[in-house]
Amino acid sequence: MKYIDEFRNSQVAKKLIENIQRKINPERKYNLMEFCGGHTHAIHRYGINQILPANIKLIHGPGCPVCVLPIPRIDQAIWLANQPDVILCSYADMLRVPGDKQDSLLKAKARGAQIQIVYSVLDALEIAKNQSDKMIIFFAIGFETTTPPTAHAILEAKKMGLDNFKVFCNHVLTPVAMTAILDDNEVNIDGFIGPSHVSIIVGSDAYREVAQEYQKPVVIAGFEPLDVLQSIEYLIDLINENKPDIINQYTRAVNPEGNLKAQEIIARVLEKRQQFSWRGLGQIAKSGLKIRQEYAHFDAEVYYNLPEFQSDDVKSCECPQILRGIKEPKDCKLFGKACTPENPMGACMVSSEGACAAAFQYSLISR
Amino acid sequence: MKINYKGNIDLTIGAGGRAMNQLIHDLMLAEFDNEFLAQQGDQAILPPANGKLAFSTDSYVVSPLFFNGGDIGSLAINGTVNDLAAGGATPLYIAAGFIIEEGFPLAQLREIVKSMAKAAKTANVKIVTGDTKVVEKGKGDGIFINTSGIGVVENDWVATSPQTDDLVIINGAIGDHGMAIMSKRQGLNFASDISSDCAALNSLIASLAPYQKHIRIMRDPTRGGVSAVLNEWATFYNCSFEIDEEKLLVNESVRGLSEILGFDPLHIANEGKVMLVVAKDYADEICSLMKNHPLGQESRIIAKVNPASQVKVSMKTLFGGLRRVDWLNGEQLPRIC
Repeated sequence: MKYIDEFRNSQVAKKLIENIQRKINPERKYNLMEFCGGHTHAIHRYGINQILPANIKLIHGPGCPVCVLPIPRIDQAIWLANQPDVILCSYADMLRVPGDKQDSLLKAKARGAQIQIVYSVLDALEIAKNQSDKMIIFFAIGFETTTPPTAHAILEAKKMGLDNFKVFCNHVLTPVAMTAILDDNEVNIDGFIGPSHVSIIVGSDAYREVAQEYQKPVVIAGFEPLDVLQSIEYLIDLINENKPDIINQYTRAVNPEGNLKAQEIIARVLEKRQQFSWRGLGQIAKSGLKIRQEYAHFDAEVYYNLPEFQSDDVKSCECPQILRGIKEPKDCKLFGKACTPENPMGACMVSSEGACAAAFQYSLISR
Repeated sequence: MKINYKGNIDLTIGAGGRAMNQLIHDLMLAEFDNEFLAQQGDQAILPPANGKLAFSTDSYVVSPLFFNGGDIGSLAINGTVNDLAAGGATPLYIAAGFIIEEGFPLAQLREIVKSMAKAAKTANVKIVTGDTKVVEKGKGDGIFINTSGIGVVENDWVATSPQTDDLVIINGAIGDHGMAIMSKRQGLNFASDISSDCAALNSLIASLAPYQKHIRIMRDPTRGGVSAVLNEWATFYNCSFEIDEEKLLVNESVRGLSEILGFDPLHIANEGKVMLVVAKDYADEICSLMKNHPLGQESRIIAKVNPASQVKVSMKTLFGGLRRVDWLNGEQLPRIC
């Protein structure tokens, strides 16, 4: 299959592995964090973690938007779905994510809340156009990849004068989260396998602070397994040469400045929050986006005067350490026992692309 | 008076009076036409069977009702035929129960019934009894069909435990049915050419009779896909399976759509596939024989049986790594990015 098979060729993979083996310094460890859940998924699915030399440690970062949304925001989404005459529109994989006391949108739906799975915010806009007697709330989540369509939908709703369309905005920012992780003294990361889809929007230059101020190289990597292997080779080169640089491996989609049009739309409609809480990582300053005052009419938080909920992550859950690479999934005593994909207790098990879920689903460790 | 197929099912038809009788007579009896159904009793009196009986039931609630490669009618026949055949039985008789929602177009009902009749004829089974109920609008999803089937195991074939080094055969590409449905779901509507593999497998399975004693187990990998069957077998028979990714056949469109939605083809439903665990020494011969059948042309060995001490189901990846193949966790839901 053109554009897929080329990136999964086992002979090319073999060559890349040989390159990596030849280039590594056997005397040292290479701690590489793949920020994106998509990379985590590819690494486990193709068994890449098993064919790399033992001194390359892959650390699975927090880059899964479904995983990192904190419990109180899920509780708020459930609260919104329960309001009269509301249809809450959500991406499908949010429905299973547990809120307080293991409640979820899926369970709320079973109790009678009107929750509609959509594949794009534009589907939600279409529902709002067709059902003027209902209030349509779009549950907006995700990193920079899904943010521009949300902002665009708000502009469209304004243009159309759609009073029954609101957005519950939970978009978060990638480069800020990377620096927040690096601020932790316990964290030991030598370089990042950088996000691909996110970088299409923000551009490879967005990681200058990570590379230069924190002296950590970043290689923007595509999601295909050969992309990941080639990016690891590039990272080994940069680490060996002590060059905290940025390399764009995903040149077929990413450029240095990113998608300027998308950035402009985001900036016009959304602004940074002072603080935003990440599941497993806690409060990170200026890491989330909210709807600007000018578009407050479309903000579900403002329109419903959304109540605050207080619920914490499960105490014995090791997600904060796992997301920083300080511990591995198997180090958590809940892993595979109290915490499974059917009954996730922490952020890393919530979505199939979380570190624990990927380890549970694909790794050969006993459980 | 003839039924106006431009109309819709209404509660008059559901009341069990003349209108219902006319529908059953003009549509079901006419299309399914056979001597047992013609008795028109509340039961079908069937001749003695030559062997042990196999009995199976399944309910079909598929949406959309019509999809590329089939519809709920052909699915309801083939699904039950395959459940019987995979147990080593020759499917003979089927009972069909319809639960229809008020307002359902009669033209669609006719199409579905015709499709069931055609599928039954192809599979060489008879629809010998049935039931039709109408529920009020909003209490159904158009139409639900339940089919129960009876088959006969004539040659005493019984499933036996897989042994280390046995091999697993499947008759072709995986994931076609599930993806044909998914691509036409409301909200997706991908312009794709994916066609369901919906088919009756009894004649393919019957063609393997000369090798029966070398076939340990058979199963059709429907919901939950290949991974569910292997995990079930591994748990029940206390053995483990290792899939070879290089040997798996996944059609290009299915692979593409799986990529977009974040699905694993190993978890996706099939409706025309059978998996067999066979003795290693006969695997190539059985595979060759299957290739002679129209439904088995792409048959292949995809996995081997390992000792019980290893991870239950694993896969050797294209890159040479080994990874677990787990059950599907919950329903497959498209990922966000």
